Amino acid sequence: MNKQAFIECIAQLIPENSRVLDLGCGDGSLLSYLQTHRNCTGYGVEIDDKNVLACVQTDVQVVQLNLDEGLKMFADQSFDVVLQIDTLQHLRNAETMLLETIRVGRLGIVAFPNFGHWPNRLSILGGRMPVTKRLPYQWYDTPNIRVGTFADFGELANKNNIRILDSFGIKEAEQVRLWPNLMAPTAVFKIEKI
Amino acid sequence: MSFIAIPQIMHFAEPLLLSSGESLEQYHLTYETYGELNKNKDNAVLICHALNASHHVAGVYAGDGSDNVGWWDSMIGPNKPVDTNKFFVIGVNNLGSCFGSTGPMHVNPKTQKVWGADFPVLTVEDWVHSQERLISALGINRLTAVMGGSLGGMQALSWSIEFPDRVAHAVVIASAPNLNAENIAFNEVARRAIVNDPDFHGGHFYEYGVVPKRGLKIARMVGHITYLSDDVMNSKFGRSLKNEEIQFSTQNVEFQIESYLRYQGEKFSEYFDANTYLLITRALDYFDPAKAHNNNLTRALEKTKANFLVVSFKTDWRFSPTRSREIVKALIDNKRAVTYAEIDAPHGHDAFLLEDERYISLVRAYFEGISKKITWVGEYE
Repeated sequence: MNKQAFIECIAQLIPENSRVLDLGCGDGSLLSYLQTHRNCTGYGVEIDDKNVLACVQTDVQVVQLNLDEGLKMFADQSFDVVLQIDTLQHLRNAETMLLETIRVGRLGIVAFPNFGHWPNRLSILGGRMPVTKRLPYQWYDTPNIRVGTFADFGELANKNNIRILDSFGIKEAEQVRLWPNLMAPTAVFKIEKI
Repeated sequence: MSFIAIPQIMHFAEPLLLSSGESLEQYHLTYETYGELNKNKDNAVLICHALNASHHVAGVYAGDGSDNVGWWDSMIGPNKPVDTNKFFVIGVNNLGSCFGSTGPMHVNPKTQKVWGADFPVLTVEDWVHSQERLISALGINRLTAVMGGSLGGMQALSWSIEFPDRVAHAVVIASAPNLNAENIAFNEVARRAIVNDPDFHGGHFYEYGVVPKRGLKIARMVGHITYLSDDVMNSKFGRSLKNEEIQFSTQNVEFQIESYLRYQGEKFSEYFDANTYLLITRALDYFDPAKAHNNNLTRALEKTKANFLVVSFKTDWRFSPTRSREIVKALIDNKRAVTYAEIDAPHGHDAFLLEDERYISLVRAYFEGISKKITWVGEYE
């Protein structure tokens, strides 16, 4: 997956001039892009020291927190957009954090690797956990402690009364709207509080 | 190899109105500067000190060898994180301290007697107001940064509240928006140790030609324990004995940690002033910018305009990360630019003075960011 193309693909979903909270912001490249190209402001949240340093080096405001401790620091509906890009699958309290995302943000955008993508299904059918470009880890060393599919997320959203405003897949930085659960390595959901 | 620092003194003849309602008719501040003030006078960084430090922030004194290195020399100097090739750095000794600025060991011009216990009780805000006069006298309208750790961090925070238009960046390290009860309690133990020393003479010991060393020693011992983490103390000393076997003595040093604390206390009692210790711990206790806003820190920080860097250390239990997060939360509520780092250093509160790689690189990156925004760097008078 081309990182820059993926960033641009996600960035399109975020209205200009938004106040953004990026949960698990990594080295801050998405926020940095949003600041430069879409006139956004806001903060990243990140746990890793190296990533925090990278954010400071690129002039991205970052708050070093463990997301598994929740978002107590952020007030209700205090951001236009809260992002969880490739973050959900690392969280122990994934369900709580999903609710927190739409408590703090008027709009939530969640992206995660879709285990329903056909190569993953084939691999499982063959009796082995998938190792792909999108999921390059072995089952014993993967940081992805939550594995779910595009369809699974829809269920979880329903259960929690979360409104899905839009959903689609991403493959090679292109939106996939036909059978995303089967065809896309990445699932994307735009959500809000009902 | 460090550079030579030269302390300077600035006198202020205009009375300084204090939070207590009293005023200091005249005073002087001892300070040091490193680097050069540029043409636009906008590359100035003020460093605020904590309990027992001074204006001697970086460098060494001529002829002193390396014996008297500034207390934050790891952070400040040529090519250091706060790079004096780019920034004009000011270290100032606070009023009431014992390293040069007007304090309880000086003569009260009104009575022609040494102030002693009659020296007015000061607050963090009073210090900030006195520092502001120094900054103005140096011709600086807006500091590009104010930086401090612990009590110094409180001053940096206070600067951003008291003079929002005169601070571009506030760097608040290992600090808190106020002291909690446990913290005040430690300060009180230290103060009682000093006040109860028979040599204290109600704070007028100068007249008797004595120093309440016993009290100061205990105050320092208590303080020192709180600046370290349990882990560091255990790894440094553990249960090591001073002698090969225990001596079955209740009063002699048995464990190495006792020896270390006594040594630290002894050293401290030789250079620190007892009244200063009382004054500075009181300023710590009183600091509470939220108090005037119904204990709402968000409202207290509403008028700040600076960008903030807030740093805490995971093993610091005297100024714990939770307290720094309160500051960060209030800043985020106000939509201020803030970066917050929680450094996983093992050294407790002392970590802010040490050279943890993650901490040092972070501060370096932050100040590089500041210097990049400043187009005038290098354009000296």
